[in-house]
Amino acid sequence: MPDLLLDVQGLETTFKTPDGVVHAVNGVSFTLKEGETLGVVGESGCGKSVTMHSMLRLIPTPPGKIVAGKALFFGQDLLQMTTEEIRHVRGGQIGMIFQDPMTSLNPVLTIGKQLEEPLMLHVGMSKKQAQERAAELLSMVGIPNASERLKDYPHQYSGGMRQRVMIAMALSCSPQILIADEPTTALDVTIQAQITDLVKRLRDEIGMSIIWITHDLGVVAGLAHRVVVMYGGFIIEESEVKELYANPTHPYTIGLLGSLPRVDEKERTRLFSIEGAPPVLYNKPTACPFAPRCKWAMERCWNENPLLEPVAPEHRVACWVDTKTGRPRS
Amino acid sequence: MAQTVPSGDNTLLRDAIPVRKIGRVERFLGPENYRIVQGLMKTPASIAGFSLVLFFVLIAIFAPLIVPPVSKDPYSIPRDGFKSDPQPMGTEWKRNEPDKPFWFAITGQEKWTHIFGTSEGQYDIFYGIIWGTRTAFYAGLIVTISTLLLGIVYGSVAAYYGGWVDMIMMRIVDVLSILPGVLAALILAAILTPLIGKSTVPVMVALIAFGWMGYSRFIRADILSVRERDYILAARVVGVQDSRILFQHILPNAIFPTLILASMAIGDVVLSFAGLSFLGVGVEIGYADWGQLLSFARNWITSLNTYWYIIAWPGFFLVLFVMGWNLIGDALRDVLDPRMRGKT
Repeated sequence: MPDLLLDVQGLETTFKTPDGVVHAVNGVSFTLKEGETLGVVGESGCGKSVTMHSMLRLIPTPPGKIVAGKALFFGQDLLQMTTEEIRHVRGGQIGMIFQDPMTSLNPVLTIGKQLEEPLMLHVGMSKKQAQERAAELLSMVGIPNASERLKDYPHQYSGGMRQRVMIAMALSCSPQILIADEPTTALDVTIQAQITDLVKRLRDEIGMSIIWITHDLGVVAGLAHRVVVMYGGFIIEESEVKELYANPTHPYTIGLLGSLPRVDEKERTRLFSIEGAPPVLYNKPTACPFAPRCKWAMERCWNENPLLEPVAPEHRVACWVDTKTGRPRS
Repeated sequence: MAQTVPSGDNTLLRDAIPVRKIGRVERFLGPENYRIVQGLMKTPASIAGFSLVLFFVLIAIFAPLIVPPVSKDPYSIPRDGFKSDPQPMGTEWKRNEPDKPFWFAITGQEKWTHIFGTSEGQYDIFYGIIWGTRTAFYAGLIVTISTLLLGIVYGSVAAYYGGWVDMIMMRIVDVLSILPGVLAALILAAILTPLIGKSTVPVMVALIAFGWMGYSRFIRADILSVRERDYILAARVVGVQDSRILFQHILPNAIFPTLILASMAIGDVVLSFAGLSFLGVGVEIGYADWGQLLSFARNWITSLNTYWYIIAWPGFFLVLFVMGWNLIGDALRDVLDPRMRGKT
C-alpha cells in the first residue's frame, strides 16, 4: 500500500503512577492516507492525545512507556528512530497544534523568533530568509500587518490569533501530516469556526493529511473523511464519516451522537447523556471497557474484550452486540 | 426600517472610552515588566533603596576625587603615626596627608584633619570608609555574580538531566546546606589565606564556595515547573534540540525569581565579608575595608564612650549599604508578589 502515509499498529502505552500502572493506550491501530483527514473522537481521558504523543515520542519517559507497537511513517518506524531522526520528523514532516493557544507560545520570545526557529532548524534557511518566510506564513493564516507583528510578544495577541500563529508554526516546514489536538476547544464559537475554516482552506492549498482530535462531533462531521472513535485506550469504532453519522453501531458512538442537541428536535426534551464516567485503566482491560455503562451489555461483554470487526465496507466496530437488534452478533 | 450601522470610526465611542496610550518603553518591556518597573519607581521603599545604592555607587566611582590616594596602593589606608590610641575627630593630619581635593575649599579650613578621627594605629577612618565602598561593591558583586552563575549552572544541569543525576546533585546541595554558612566560610578562608596570601581573594572564594546552594535549588525548582508548560512541548514538537530548549526556552522563563533573590543577597554578602574581615580573616591590616575598620575597634570595646567614632562611622555606612540593597530586594518582592498587587 504505497499511499499509506502513516500506519500505526498495535500501539500500547503505559504510565507508572504511585497507585499502579495506568494502561492509557491499549493496542491502537489506524492508518492515514495521503490527503486524508482523520477525526479522532472520544471523551476526555480516553487516550486520544496520549496516542498521538506516543507516536511522536513526546510522552515523558519515565513514567510513560511505549510497551508495544509500530508507527510506520513512510514505512519507517517512528518508535525505532534515533533522537536526532525523530527530531527532524517533528516539525519538519509532522506538525502539531494544541488545545490551549494561550499557553502554547513562549512568553519571553517574540512571535517572529518562534516562527523562524523551525525554518532555520529543518529547512536550513538563513535568518533573513526565515524572517521573510515567517511574515508570509503569518499573512497566510490571516494575520494582517504580518511583518510588523512578528516583533510582537505572545501577550500582544488574542487567543484566536495565537492559535493562528500555532498553525503557522506547525505548517512552516510544509509537513505531510498535521496533528491537531483539540485546537478549537479553548476558543469561543466564532473563533472556532474561523480556525476550522482556516485549516480546511490550508489543507486544500497545501494538500496535507490531518489528524483532528476532538470531542466535538459537529466539527468532525464537516471536516473529516474518516472517523475513529476511542474509548478507554481502545479504538471501538472506525468508519467513513457519512456512514458513521448515518449508521452508528457501537453503543458508545450511539450515545455520543445521541447526546448532541438537535436543531430539529420537536419538543422540549432533556438532552441525552451516557451514565457514568470513563474507566480508570489501572488494569489491562480483559472485558469490554464500555460494559459498565452499556445498556446492551451481556455476559460475554464482561469476560471478553471484542475486537474490531467489519460491519459494512469501510466500517469496523468492536462490540459483541448487534445494536440494531439487541442480539449477540453472530 | 433604518438601522444605524456602527462604522469603523465611531467618534462617540472613541470619546467615551479613553484609550490608554502605550508608550515605547511599555511596548518594549511588555505590560508585565512595565508594571514591575513602574511599581519600582513608585514605592517609597524602593526609591529609598535605589537612592542609597546610587549614593554608594557615586562614592565608589569618585573615591579618588573625594580623598586622593596617598601611597601607590590606593586601598591601603594612610596612617598618621603609630600611636595605638584612636585620635578624636578633627585632629590635625601631620603625616601621610592626602592632597587637598576640589571640595576642600568649602570647608574653609586650611589643613587636612581626620574628619571621622583615626582608629587604633592612627589609620584614617574617613579614608577607609570612602575607599572601603569600592571593596564592598567589588566583593559584593563578584561573590553574588559568581554564586549566581555557579548555582544556575548546577541547578540547570540537575533539573535538565533529572533522575539519579538530579538526586545525587541535590543531595550534595543538601549536605552543603547543613553547614553553617559563615562558619564554614571562615574555616575555608582561614585555610586558604596562608596558601594564597592575604587579600580579598580567600574570603571571596570561601563565600562563593558556601553561597551558591540556594540559587541552585531555586533555579532547579523553577526549571522543573517551566519544563512542563505547553510551550516547551510546542518547542519539542517543532523539533528544537534539547540544549536549545533549555537555554532559549526554559531558562529565560525560569531565571527571574533567582535574579531577584540575588539582588537581595548583595547586602548579606557584604555583611558576611565585613564579618569575616572583622574576625581577622582575609585582607591584610590597613586594607580599606569596612570590616577591617570595625576590627580596629575590637580592643576598645570597653571604652567606646570615649572612642565611639571608631565604630559608629564604619558601622553607620555598612548599615546604610546593606539597608539599601535590602530595600531594593523588598521592593522587588512586593512588586512581583501577586498577592501584593494593587496594594501599593
